[in-house]
Amino acid sequence: MSKYFVNLKINNTPVKVEEGTTILQAARQANFRIPTLCDHPDLQVAGNCRVCVVEVKGAKLLAAACATPVSEGMEVFTNSEKVRTSRKHIIELLLSEHNADCTKCFKNGNCELQSLASEYRVGDHVFLDLVKPKDKILDISSPSIVKDDSKCVRCQRCVRTCADLQGVSALAVINKGDQQKISTFLSKPLHDVVCTNCGQCVNRCPTGALTERNYIEEVWDAIYDPNKFVVVQTAPAVRIALAEDLGFDPGLRVTGKMVSALRRLGFNKVLDTDFSADLTIIEEGNELLTRLKKVLVDKDESVALPMMTSCSPGWIKFQEHLFPGLLKNLSTCKSPQQMFGALAKTYYANKINIKAQDMIVVSIMPCTAKKYESNRPEMRDSGYQDVDYVLTTRELAMMIRQAGIDFEKLDDEHYDSILGESTGAGVIFGATGGVMEAALRTAYEIVTGREVPFNNLNITPVRGMEGVKEAVIPITGVKPEWNFLEGVNLKVAVAHGLANAKILMEKVSRGEADYHFIEIMGCPGGCLGGGGQPIPTSPEIRQKRAEAIYAEDESMSLRKSHENPEVISLYEDFLGDPNSHKAHEFLHTHYRPRKRY
Amino acid sequence: MEKQLKKVDIIFDKGECYNPIEILDKALERSPDDIINDLIDSGLKGRGGAGFLTGLKWKFTRLQEGDEKYVICNADEGEPGTFKDREILDQVPEKIFVGMTICSYVIGAKEGFIYLRAEYNFLLKNLQKKLDLFNRQLKERAIDFVIQLRSGSGAYVCGEESALFESMEGHRGEPRNKPPYPTVAGYNKKPTVINNVETLVYVAMISRLGAEKFKELGTKDSRGSKVFSVSGDTPKPGIYELELGMTLSQFVDEFADGDAKAVQVGGASGSCVPRKKFAETIIGFEGIPTGGSMMVFNSSRSMYNVLHDYLEFFAEESCGQCTPCRVGCQQLLKGIEAVKRGEKPASYLDDLKKLTATMKIAAKCGLGQSVANPFNSIVDNFKEEIIY
Repeated sequence: MSKYFVNLKINNTPVKVEEGTTILQAARQANFRIPTLCDHPDLQVAGNCRVCVVEVKGAKLLAAACATPVSEGMEVFTNSEKVRTSRKHIIELLLSEHNADCTKCFKNGNCELQSLASEYRVGDHVFLDLVKPKDKILDISSPSIVKDDSKCVRCQRCVRTCADLQGVSALAVINKGDQQKISTFLSKPLHDVVCTNCGQCVNRCPTGALTERNYIEEVWDAIYDPNKFVVVQTAPAVRIALAEDLGFDPGLRVTGKMVSALRRLGFNKVLDTDFSADLTIIEEGNELLTRLKKVLVDKDESVALPMMTSCSPGWIKFQEHLFPGLLKNLSTCKSPQQMFGALAKTYYANKINIKAQDMIVVSIMPCTAKKYESNRPEMRDSGYQDVDYVLTTRELAMMIRQAGIDFEKLDDEHYDSILGESTGAGVIFGATGGVMEAALRTAYEIVTGREVPFNNLNITPVRGMEGVKEAVIPITGVKPEWNFLEGVNLKVAVAHGLANAKILMEKVSRGEADYHFIEIMGCPGGCLGGGGQPIPTSPEIRQKRAEAIYAEDESMSLRKSHENPEVISLYEDFLGDPNSHKAHEFLHTHYRPRKRY
Repeated sequence: MEKQLKKVDIIFDKGECYNPIEILDKALERSPDDIINDLIDSGLKGRGGAGFLTGLKWKFTRLQEGDEKYVICNADEGEPGTFKDREILDQVPEKIFVGMTICSYVIGAKEGFIYLRAEYNFLLKNLQKKLDLFNRQLKERAIDFVIQLRSGSGAYVCGEESALFESMEGHRGEPRNKPPYPTVAGYNKKPTVINNVETLVYVAMISRLGAEKFKELGTKDSRGSKVFSVSGDTPKPGIYELELGMTLSQFVDEFADGDAKAVQVGGASGSCVPRKKFAETIIGFEGIPTGGSMMVFNSSRSMYNVLHDYLEFFAEESCGQCTPCRVGCQQLLKGIEAVKRGEKPASYLDDLKKLTATMKIAAKCGLGQSVANPFNSIVDNFKEEIIY
């Protein structure tokens, strides 16, 4: 289809744009910035905050620039007297129903309403304060997310995120007029509804109405406690995003500086979740091969295929709520965070001669659901809570700033050993398709004795930002013990963002999917787009983070999980074989069906 | 030449011409384009209040491509002080059905809906019975069109056409961004004609009587007659069909109790006209247009209370999605309370008036845009009552 172009003028500057472009997009092309609030690059247009109103010559009403398509000959003014007066009014109105205790707010310094207020200098409040006392009561029921209605500006970004990106709709608009607010089913606490704790709403909330439950003070207390031995693990996707919260552009890899900063914060040992990601591949890869054998050879009908990954705790809770019938398809493997926690307080504590009760395990995660996961009753296989505190990438950046560390000037340092060694396969867990790729790198080699037949081990069909990806890997020339897999076309699928997961799960539920293995990540782009990652997020930012992840992978000397020497010795010293009894005791878990309502 | 107040009997007329299906049969003998031209020629404007030329609306929808189009009768009569549609729905629903069917024929729709406000659910049973009969008559004539009833849930904003579509589609009743307009993307995002109850009856009656007859009534900008809902301080509240173009003085002489100090024309979202402007105010599109609500207030009424009631209504009935309306309505309400209590100076009313100017041009839909009407007309004309 040929493209049609439209000529218009913005502030008297001629602009030529494609038909269907909004005034907002056209203005950007012409280098005029129109302020926005409810608009977000990941979400459908809402046009409800009205901050972006502009004047269109000949029109009685102002137009919401985000929601109005351009037309031929249109003359737009983005800063006329009418526009400025209205915009200022609108910002004042938003502030009048906003609990503007900015200095005490977790989002202080990264709040879009604060920026608007500072840009328009609405100092002396013209309008009456409309904040309702009852809205100041926080919902702290969730271990992951804090909801503060008194800071909500009703932009509905969270609602659109939860519905459109995640297919969950834990958050929705209730009531109308002065009682209108964002709430949950029957206004229940967040902990008691279908919320997966993914935190995508937190990533897109322009104000402090939705934030992560932060555990910064608890972690400082542990660090300062002389009787505690505090170890920290860092998830794959933290190292490629942390810099964004410390003033750098997206896509910068700061693994070495991050390790250095964590030491300076006072953690006793700085270890790597990438290690347990490698371990996950061994366990999950073997589980997959076992399942395939049971189904294909033993015809065991109790074993479910496709097997589905279990690294993403938002996805797990989603599945427990929405597709409890498919729980048997989930790999029983714990997530890398929880494998790490269980080993830290047993195998590792023993190695370094520290009592488990004296050890505090802190995780730095790109994720808010990990906070929930660490609190699950299943996650206490060491006899204690395996992971004590989970901080988001954002919280870590905050601690680094609090400690007065000049991040840019830090030298690169290495993780401590053991539980600090990793491979490129562990790193790519942070991107959608990464677990699949890592698993295939190992499983293919176990079965055939050869490397996966992809250039430089890069299994590109499972990479990229397409919502649902599929690939077929023909398996030939297998080792004798894997004879039953000779000639099998291994069918895999990868989805990221729970709305995409839903599409795939509905397909599986209907029996229309003949995949062997499915990777699901709860967040758009995988962990690199996680709910604990630096704000803002956008497709471009996530693309840059993904490039950084794959660059990190290629920079590693080891790129296959089964080559991780610390993983190899873990099996020799402690676990025995993959999927052994002991491995099951510490590294595997189970799931529970949950109600939707 | 000044029009005189003239009562008319078209809408409710059940005289010799009352055989609705016959009106339909005759109408369908003509071509869709002829019907459109006739409607445009008649000058019929939408009777819901906004006053868009009905023939033009139909023409736009007819010109849209696609097999799936809809006719919707907006019977979400929620404007405070308006109750004429209820009477039409009760007395002459067949005329509505005929109007809708003519529309379906013109634009090419196979389905029509009457969106009935929740408070009118008591009419459902009777309406359904008559509708069943009518649909049967359509079937006998091999007319591929069916009318169904849909019930609202009590939100005022669902009378706004795009919020009404959202409601019908099972979503939260919130107005949509425009464009696209209903003629392009309405119900189910398909081209849709949505007309007020009364408008559809006039369509049927113009078919019956001819455009010329209709044009004889009213003025250049306001052709024909209109059904008014008269309430307030009047000895004869009720529903009256009157020729358009009368002055408010004539109206007051006929309907008020001799002590009228103000008339709220067009319901809560309309404008308040004080006594001193009765003579110069024409009821019609050249003066103050109205969806039919005429509320008369005599000297015993506090205009502060009147405005307060209206603002309370809007603060509650705003859908809440857009800032100017959701927060603006609350600020206006709390604002006049603060002035009344002396917590804000009288000059604060000027700040609020500026705010209404923003609401008028920046709110997403007609609800927020129209709050300026009652606010400014009451504050400007009855300032002392608001302050003291």
